[in-house]
Amino acid sequence: MFDLSINPELTQTILTGFIRSELTRVGYTRAVVALSGGLDSAVTCFLAAQALGAENVLAVRMPYKTSSADSLEHAQLVIEATGVQSLTIPISGMADPLLEQIPQAGPVRRGNIMARLRMIVIYDQSEAFHGLVVGTGNKTEILLGYTTLFGDAACALNPLGDLYKTQVRQLAKDIGVPSPIIDKPPSADLWLGQTDEGELGFTYAEVDQLLYLLIDQRYSPGECVEAGFAEDFVRKVVDRVRRSHFKRIMPPIAKLSNRTVGYDFLYLRDWGT
Amino acid sequence: MKINLALAQINTRLGDVEANLEKHLALIKEARGRGADLLVFPELSLTGYVLQDLAPTVAHSATADDPIFRPLLEASHELDLAVGFVEEDRRHRFFIAAAYLSQGQVVHVHQKVYLPTYGLFDEGRFFAWGDSICAFDTRFGRLGILICEDFWHVSPPYLLWLDGADLFLFMSASPGRGLSTDPRLESARWVERINQAYASVFTSFVAHANRCGYEDGLNFWGGSTVFDPNGGLLARGAYFQEDLVMTEIDLNQLHRTRARLPLLRDERTALVQREIGRILGGQSRCST
Repeated sequence: MFDLSINPELTQTILTGFIRSELTRVGYTRAVVALSGGLDSAVTCFLAAQALGAENVLAVRMPYKTSSADSLEHAQLVIEATGVQSLTIPISGMADPLLEQIPQAGPVRRGNIMARLRMIVIYDQSEAFHGLVVGTGNKTEILLGYTTLFGDAACALNPLGDLYKTQVRQLAKDIGVPSPIIDKPPSADLWLGQTDEGELGFTYAEVDQLLYLLIDQRYSPGECVEAGFAEDFVRKVVDRVRRSHFKRIMPPIAKLSNRTVGYDFLYLRDWGT
Repeated sequence: MKINLALAQINTRLGDVEANLEKHLALIKEARGRGADLLVFPELSLTGYVLQDLAPTVAHSATADDPIFRPLLEASHELDLAVGFVEEDRRHRFFIAAAYLSQGQVVHVHQKVYLPTYGLFDEGRFFAWGDSICAFDTRFGRLGILICEDFWHVSPPYLLWLDGADLFLFMSASPGRGLSTDPRLESARWVERINQAYASVFTSFVAHANRCGYEDGLNFWGGSTVFDPNGGLLARGAYFQEDLVMTEIDLNQLHRTRARLPLLRDERTALVQREIGRILGGQSRCST
């Protein structure tokens, strides 16, 4: 086992500073967070409240009618523990008219539609609250592509994106996330009984170890097998990372001119600030 | 001789030279008010770090008629200054550079020699590399300036040492990376360790001015330090925050340390020259 433990105080210092800097430099003082009742959005909400003050953070709960009752309750625990502002906007009334037109849609399509409806709601609240959308994606799901493009992946900034799920869990314990949220199995809660680990086919504890070797330590797949990981597991994860890369980059622009956005028109987003 | 050394551990506005100049002038005033004789700013302190295509648009020359350097040179009558900027030379090459200003004069300009172009770094794409490492005389003795990656290589500090520098000014915009259970990032630990090592093995003062703040997702960790010729820590700035680090350094410590530990006296420079000549000349074996 490789130790992925982090120093939680240092992590909080960097991430709260990041949230504060990236908002204030473009003229914002407030943030909105889509609060699902799960671990990642709970940690994000705590960090945003620390960075900006609880009164400057709006947590938005967006349940669908099949969402677990626990999710709303767990989100409420976070709202109470952090003291952030909150709003509940159910998405069933938006989702159902579309879903009724496509009765053949399976769970992936249905899940994508819900994730993208939540994106519409959170971005509308961003405008209404004058706050930027703080994303909740972690490094594990970003690398595995376990996310809906233009859905839950959509955000203005992403503080947790370089922390593996097991590291987010460690941070959650230190930052004061209520224990029912830390202890329950991670779930996108898109359909009844869904769990991340059930859907992915492996545990976060396992895949975080493997991703750490592949990505952070630059092990080849063969070296990962030598280190003790099953060959088919390694192949599956390597393939998943490669196939989902389109979710991690901007859509390629066909180059025609001498200067093209993305290739030779290079500026940070923080340009001028 | 004692001097009050100050390190301006600042955040910068990316590509906004006028705004950064204002901050420099404010820090100069504050440092002077606190009795500083020499104030050192971080790498690219007048421009910000990840410049990419901004590089040619923020370039200046360290001359008396440059609109950015004119007020800095005026301020240098009050205290000596080391500032970071993008230099455009007469052939329109762009360098990551640092200028030492004193008594209204540009005493020295160092052009960064080692441009990291790997991992998260892409300096070699946008900048020309400097081709010289020289110490220079000041009213505080002989000094040397290096910029960030320059001192990740061992030869530039060694060359400055042989060229007579007793006080090394290291200027960085060091992105923080390498999270573990340690209360400091791996990059911070690495830089502090080598700066302490240089102070120890060169029996010299090593001052490191590092910036703070963020550029997109990159954090800059601050933690500027001053080590004495015994390798002892004289001062350290706050991590991740702006700070004006002030410390008095006693140049007589050079006398005391080198009386005890004559590493400089005993350095076999002719041997080094001979062996480098042999190694670079392609002779793989020693002649003896």
